[in-house]
Order: sequence, then C-alpha cells, then structure tokens
Amino acid sequence: MIKITDLHKAFGSNVVLNGVDLHIKKASSMVIIGGSGTGKSVLLKCILGLIQPDSGTIIVNGVDTKSGDREAFLDQFGMLFQGGALFDSLPVWQNVAFRLLQGKHRLSKADAHDIAIEKLRRVGLKPDIAELFPAELSGGMQKRVGLARAIAAEPQIIFFDEPTTGLDPIMSGVINELVREIVEEMGATAMTITHDMSSVRAIADDVAMIHEGQVQWTGPIGKMDDSGDPYLDQFINARAEGPIEAVR
Amino acid sequence: MMMIQAIDSILARIGRSTLGMFESIGRLVIFAAIAVSHIFRPPFYYNAFLQQLINIGFYSLPVVGLTALFTGGALALQIYSGGARFNAEAIVPSIVAIGITRELGPVLGGLMVAGRVSTSIAAEIGTMRVTEQIDALTTLSTNPMKYLVTPRVLAATVILPVLVFIGDTIGVMGGYLVGTHRLDFNDATYLKNTWDILEFDDVSSGLIKAAAFGFIIALIGCYSGYHSQRGAQGVGNATKTAVVTASVLIFAANYLLTELLF
Repeated sequence: MIKITDLHKAFGSNVVLNGVDLHIKKASSMVIIGGSGTGKSVLLKCILGLIQPDSGTIIVNGVDTKSGDREAFLDQFGMLFQGGALFDSLPVWQNVAFRLLQGKHRLSKADAHDIAIEKLRRVGLKPDIAELFPAELSGGMQKRVGLARAIAAEPQIIFFDEPTTGLDPIMSGVINELVREIVEEMGATAMTITHDMSSVRAIADDVAMIHEGQVQWTGPIGKMDDSGDPYLDQFINARAEGPIEAVR
Repeated sequence: MMMIQAIDSILARIGRSTLGMFESIGRLVIFAAIAVSHIFRPPFYYNAFLQQLINIGFYSLPVVGLTALFTGGALALQIYSGGARFNAEAIVPSIVAIGITRELGPVLGGLMVAGRVSTSIAAEIGTMRVTEQIDALTTLSTNPMKYLVTPRVLAATVILPVLVFIGDTIGVMGGYLVGTHRLDFNDATYLKNTWDILEFDDVSSGLIKAAAFGFIIALIGCYSGYHSQRGAQGVGNATKTAVVTASVLIFAANYLLTELLF
C-alpha cells in the first residue's frame, strides 16, 4: 500500500531522515514510534508531499508520489493533526465537511451537512455542536472533530499525528478506541505517530521505531516486547539508561 | 594580514546580505506570480473573495474616511496659511482637491489600510501556518495559495480604489468644511473652484495608485504570514514585517507611479 525506499531529508546540516525503508500493508495499522526530533512527523509530511524529500521513493497504491494528479493523490488521504488544525473561521460542521464542499466531487451544502452530522455522531459528538466554532470546544472535542474531518470523505489511508497528546488518560483511551474502531470498520490503512505506549498497544497491528533518521526496528505489535532490540526495549520501557542518549 | 582578513570578512558579509536580499525579492516575485496566476485558473473561491471585499473594504471605511476628513481640513488650513504670504488664499480649493486626489488620498488611505489589513492578514495566515491549518488545507486537496492568498490579493486590489475614491470625496469635503466655516470661503465658489480644477487624470492617477497599493498591502500581508516562523514570536515578527514592508513599498511605489503618471 505504502512503500518507502531509502528516503533522505536534511534541513541544512541537520539530517532528519537518513535512508528510511518502510512498508505499510493495505488495511493495516502501522504505528511509528521514536524519540522527539527523530523525524517521525517529517516522514509523514514527506509522504503527503508537504515536505519534499531530498532523495528516495515513496510509492502509494503502486504510484510514485512524484508523478500523477496531485489532487487525486491527496483524495486518498485523511489526516488528524496533533493540534487538531481546525479552521477557526468555520463552524464545526463546515470543518468536518470541508473536503465535501470543495473540488470535483463537491456535494450540496445540505448533503455535506448531513454527512458532517453523521460523522460527528460516529466520533461521539452531539449534532448541537455542529454550529459552534472550534474555539468553543474542549481539547478532547477538537480532537474528535479533527477525527470526524479525517474520515468524512472515507479515505483509503488515514494518518494520525500524535492523536492523544495533551489529553487526559480517559479521553486518550476514548480516542484510541475510536481510532481502532474506525480504521477497522472502514478497512482503511492507518499510520499513526505517537509517544504514548498505551496508544501503540491499542492502535497498532505493526510498529516501526525510528532512531537517528532510520528505521531501527519494525515488526508486528505482538513481537514488540520480545524484539531483543536494545533501542526499542529502552524506548517502550521508558528507561533513562540504555543506548539512546537522553539529553538532560 | 589582519587588515586583509577584516576587509574580507566585511565584504563577505555585504555579499551575503546582498544575495539574501535578492533571494527574498525573488521569492516574493514568485509568490506574487503564483497568487496572480490562480486568478485565471479554476476552481474560484467566490465566497472567500466576497468575504475579503467586506473585511478589507467595508471595515476599513471608517479609518480611511476619518483620515481623509481630517487631512482635508488640515490641508486647507496649511495652504491658506502658506498662500496668504503671497496673497494667493484663493488657491485653497484647487490645491486641496489636487493634493487629496493625486497624492494624499491614495498614500494616506494606503498606509491606514496597510496598518489595519496587512497586519491582520499576516497574523491570520501566520497563525494558520503555526497551527498547521495550512498543511490541513493541503491534505484536504485545497491549494492554500488559491484559497487564502489569491482572494485577499484580488479583493484588496479591487476594493482599494473604491475606498480611496470615497476617501477623496470625504477629504475634499473636509477642506470644504474648514474653508467655508473657518476660513470664510463662499460655499458655491469653493465647490465651483474645486470642480473646475479637477481633471479626470487627477482622480484616475490616484485610483491607479490605490490599486497598486492594495495589491502590495495584501501581497505582503499574505507573504509574511505564509512564511511565518513557529510560535507566537514568529507570528508577531510576521505582523511587524508586514506593516513595515508594506508601508515602505507603498512609498516607493508611490514615487515610481508618480513618475510614470506625471
């Protein structure tokens, strides 16, 4: 589904991705873990074309991301941003239905509104918040609206950038469950970036750990605890001592 | 040896600054070209354009109107004072009308709109940049240049001449009010002198300038916001850069256009 080969990206002298190779299978949920600044978000943005990689290839559904119709390419994706990235100037329902109101496959306002309400319900929000603006919502509600927006057009691939950051443990659990349920019922391919190990265990089919711009370890979630990889062990067990140097 | 190194270092710095300046100009020109090219390529965001016409035009009316009113009044007093030195007080209506329409209306109107609009555009788009809303637009298959920049640039270019025309009228009326109530000009004579002296070129040259200033104001606001750095400080810097750059460019463009339309 997504095949990344020898991906490199540097910002000036700061090498962020240093030959990333990764394969994400169709209808699977891949979670990318790794320390802060190891290039997880850059990897995700390279796939979406928000950042141009220096070299390497990214193949999505058999098509190189450098070629083809960009709009059609992006139509395959939905994304939940870390901070929600909801549009302040639009009410909640227009945020959710944004894609449905633009582009070639534009729906009428009434139809888009109905779908937005349905998606809000799907993420556990009542229809009466549809006319509110994002600034009037709590952090957890904003995440849910972001999730509703990500799934509104029923994309084949969904990216989740730190879906539980800034949420309390109960709300984190709710979001984790929602992500898992939605990915399963839509049959979508999911790629999640997170530091939260409870999210990893709740969401992942497969895990990849990025360290120093490369994939340090990748495999199914079931093998993560017995990987034998000292870097992965240190990370998932949150140990200060180990091969990964913590900046103090 | 030390002397040569010092000179070398100074020259290198000047070279880097010069290259940096040309790089910035190049980026701005490319940004402008992309923004303008989207005017002619669908899809068109009519609602965003109309919204910006209201934001930039309608909500700037009070500030432009009041600026023009007080400037017209002050100009009448100053010209009267200067004209009295060689018994030429009668020129007040003519100079107020020409001064306002050709120069002060577009320049002061442009500067006031730059202060109000350029900063607000830079802050809005800058905040969208740092909160990943611009990235979100892209992932939702929407071109941010087309959705955010082009409607603002087009709206400001179209609406500023309208604003300045209204400002010109109010400015001339400011001069009229001061002329007739404070300087004892005859109502009908003042209006007749104003009307007789004004030519089409006086008004049109000011409106051409206004369109150029509108383009500059929105373009610089969008550019500064679009390239805003991370965090609150980044947005603050974008806002500051927008108003300073737009104001300086308005003065520079004013001189160039005056030479061109002279």
